[in-house]
Amino acid sequence: MHRIGVFVCHCGTNIAATVDVKAVAEAALNETGVVFSADYQYMCSEAGQTLVQDTIKEHKLTGVVVCSCSPRMHEATFRKAAAKAGLNSYMVEIANIREQCSWIHKDMMSGTEKAVILMRAAVAKVKLNAPLTPGQTPVTKRALVIGGGIAGIQTALDIAEAGFDVDIVEKQPTIGGKMTQIDKTFPTLDCASCILTPKMVDCAQNEKIHIYSYSEVESVTGFVGNFTVKIKRKARYIDEKKCTGCGECIEKCPMKKVPNEFNLGLDNRKAIYIPFAQAVPKVATIDSNYCIKLKTGKCGLCSTVCGAGAIDYTQQDTIIEEKYGAIVAATGYNPINIEKFDEFAYSQSPDVITSLELERLMNAAGPSNGTLVRPSYLSNQHDPEAHPHTIVFVQCVGSRSTECRKGSKEYCSKICCMYTAKHAMLIREKYPDTDVYVFYIDVRTPGKLFDEFYRRAVEQYGVHYIKGMVGKVAPKADGKLNVQASDLISNEQLHIDADLVVLATAIEPDKSARSIGTMLTASMDTNDFFTEAHPKLRPVESPTAGVFLSGVAQGPKDIPETVTQASAAAAKVIGILVKDQLTGNPCVAHSDELMCNGCSACEKVCPYGAITYSDKEFRQPDRTVAIRRVASVNPAVCQGCGACTVACPSGAMDLKGFSNQQIMAEVDAICR
Amino acid sequence: MKYSYFPGCTLKSKATELDKYARDCAAVLGFEMEEIENWQCCGGVYPMARDEIATKLSSVRALADAKAHGRKLLTLCSACHNVIKQVNNDILTDSDICSRANNYLKLDDPYNGETEVVHYLEVLRDEVGFGELKKAVKNPLKGKKIAAYYGCLLLRPGAVMAMDDPENPRIMEDLIRALGAEPVIYPQRNECCGGYLSLDDPEAVAKRRKKIADSAKEFGADMFITACPLCMYNLNKADSSVPVYYFTELLAEALGVKE
Repeated sequence: MHRIGVFVCHCGTNIAATVDVKAVAEAALNETGVVFSADYQYMCSEAGQTLVQDTIKEHKLTGVVVCSCSPRMHEATFRKAAAKAGLNSYMVEIANIREQCSWIHKDMMSGTEKAVILMRAAVAKVKLNAPLTPGQTPVTKRALVIGGGIAGIQTALDIAEAGFDVDIVEKQPTIGGKMTQIDKTFPTLDCASCILTPKMVDCAQNEKIHIYSYSEVESVTGFVGNFTVKIKRKARYIDEKKCTGCGECIEKCPMKKVPNEFNLGLDNRKAIYIPFAQAVPKVATIDSNYCIKLKTGKCGLCSTVCGAGAIDYTQQDTIIEEKYGAIVAATGYNPINIEKFDEFAYSQSPDVITSLELERLMNAAGPSNGTLVRPSYLSNQHDPEAHPHTIVFVQCVGSRSTECRKGSKEYCSKICCMYTAKHAMLIREKYPDTDVYVFYIDVRTPGKLFDEFYRRAVEQYGVHYIKGMVGKVAPKADGKLNVQASDLISNEQLHIDADLVVLATAIEPDKSARSIGTMLTASMDTNDFFTEAHPKLRPVESPTAGVFLSGVAQGPKDIPETVTQASAAAAKVIGILVKDQLTGNPCVAHSDELMCNGCSACEKVCPYGAITYSDKEFRQPDRTVAIRRVASVNPAVCQGCGACTVACPSGAMDLKGFSNQQIMAEVDAICR
Repeated sequence: MKYSYFPGCTLKSKATELDKYARDCAAVLGFEMEEIENWQCCGGVYPMARDEIATKLSSVRALADAKAHGRKLLTLCSACHNVIKQVNNDILTDSDICSRANNYLKLDDPYNGETEVVHYLEVLRDEVGFGELKKAVKNPLKGKKIAAYYGCLLLRPGAVMAMDDPENPRIMEDLIRALGAEPVIYPQRNECCGGYLSLDDPEAVAKRRKKIADSAKEFGADMFITACPLCMYNLNKADSSVPVYYFTELLAEALGVKE
């Protein structure tokens, strides 16, 4: 005999204002099997939970229905409460009479009627619930961090600090990411490499951290606690263990005309290179696209000068396989391609640059050794014309765009207002003879000491902030750039002859994020940013269990925010790695082997690879034995999405806790 | 290849050379331009009003006529090209405009945006090919420094016109190279000539004219070429310092068909 208790929550006035909760509780008593019903102001409160628990004991309830908010909100709360009172957690059902009822109805009559129907459906379902016990799976106590920028570095350091092994996979020859290219950081103006390189060195020296540089993730299988990952170690034609980073090979390499990506193509590097002085690991890499030896078989100078014998032209890409308990995606960002924004003449004049290029021009290790020069004079830096006198910054290039232009982004890139204020301030500080203009739509400076920083640029450093956008940058025959812009406050058209134009280019997720997201079955938004499990309450977790998010891969953010999120992601990873066993979700699919016809339909739709087929012996009614191919579900991998139950043509596949029978009972109760 | 050709009013009056040289060159380059029967004025300006339909009907008639012949619709005048291509886009993307236009016209065969609208320059680039064109050139325009003047209508709105990058185009520069001359790239080439302001604010147009000509001269241009009769009208005045030609005239000269 069923002994069901129904508990109707007022949720203050959230529910009670539109639903007659007392009427719902009374109606519940008309349902067969319901032996108790009550309403209460806040069922999720301690008193409310006690009421549920006491009733379970007193009335020896076999099932509980809570009519309240969405199960995403408090299902876990009531399951826990029931378990404490000795009732199996999975004998609790939630009827969502808030989000799906009171919040969307205005009228008490229809709200109450719908709440009663939803209650009836939940009662019908709970009668078919069976006690479920979650399974346990062991945890591999090692984490993988994909991406070795500041996000990945901080996550790895924190995980290692807690005593767990962690691997960083970085596709570039060195870790460090975009922050290595940045000159100074806002709002404190400390030098980026001075605060970053010690952390890079910490990574290299930490015994718990292993860096796979110049490597990419090839494939990911498995599930939380038990991921298996294949990592491609790209051939760098250098034995990392032998290379001392002395740089002798670079000195001698005759191939000098390779665009230097670290300086964004503003100067050249050799075919064998170490991206920058503080690179970690500090080992050389041969660029196979440019190396004369690899391309023609002649040369080999680097190998003759290498005292360590580290150079190996025969090196091949290798694949290694590792097991991990948790994975962090820290894949970072890039500035967008602004070819399609040529009203700013980026591809028509070398003196129109992106803000990241300006970082390199202002950096002591950059192509001009930190002297600000017009890029058209990079090879002739002592020319009196090399020094820019008038500099125009353009904000929101490609950001906050409602037009359909290819490459433009609807979102705010968030970091540009602050770094532009930084650039403007640094330039005015170092070169007081310059005139600096900033054209903006809005200046957005929320953050600790941020608005003060921006105001300092305006008030103390005399940067001309002008509200309005630049319409056109017209290169003139003498090399100057005529900037046409509108000043929206004085309602004027401005024409400024500038020497340098700097574009605050929108940022977008790194191109590798999409394929990594697919490998991890981690969801992404339309802009290819990783989606968080909950935008407010679970901001560093992907909806896929065991996958966590760090840095700009999840959305535009500055360095302090990135580091905060990186540490948060590490905390979440540590939360998994400290456990010896993980408790699974028992609401998983299972196949009735007697009904399964071996069609593979379920296997094809399963996004988690949880379904396998095997041949099994079955006794036939005539006592002979037949061998049939049937499906079986790995309950540790199954996430309970239900795709297979819909795909199964013979009805063999069913989901525990959400069986076809239960759902039909709900539908019947609703239609009654 | 045979195209249905929409010349437009101006090409029958003020801009006859744009039309005549285009036809002469087509004959040499191996494509045919068959003028649509009873075509009507495109309206001159694409109507921006959301509920405007009558002024779009002339374009739809021309488009439907090309469809009936199973041909692409060829245009020469920037304004006609802009209006007809934008109207075609409306028919394709806005079911309300599509059904209203069809209700008005009561065509035997409803028009649903099937026709492809191509500009003469696109035919040169995509069908003839600038490489082939170069081979057909008899009198290369050696030593001429030519500034292509695009104006606004030929390229914008970029997503609909889809001819070239509206901010950094190259189709006319490539044509100039194919004809053996040297293209002059100057920043004002895709800016407005003043358009119909010449009717009630000639001062403003004079300012634009000076700005465009100064910009082209700064980069060493000898002459302008354009595809637009209105740009021609606004740029080619007594006070102009740089002569303006229709691109078809220079094409004809290079192909040796200019009398």
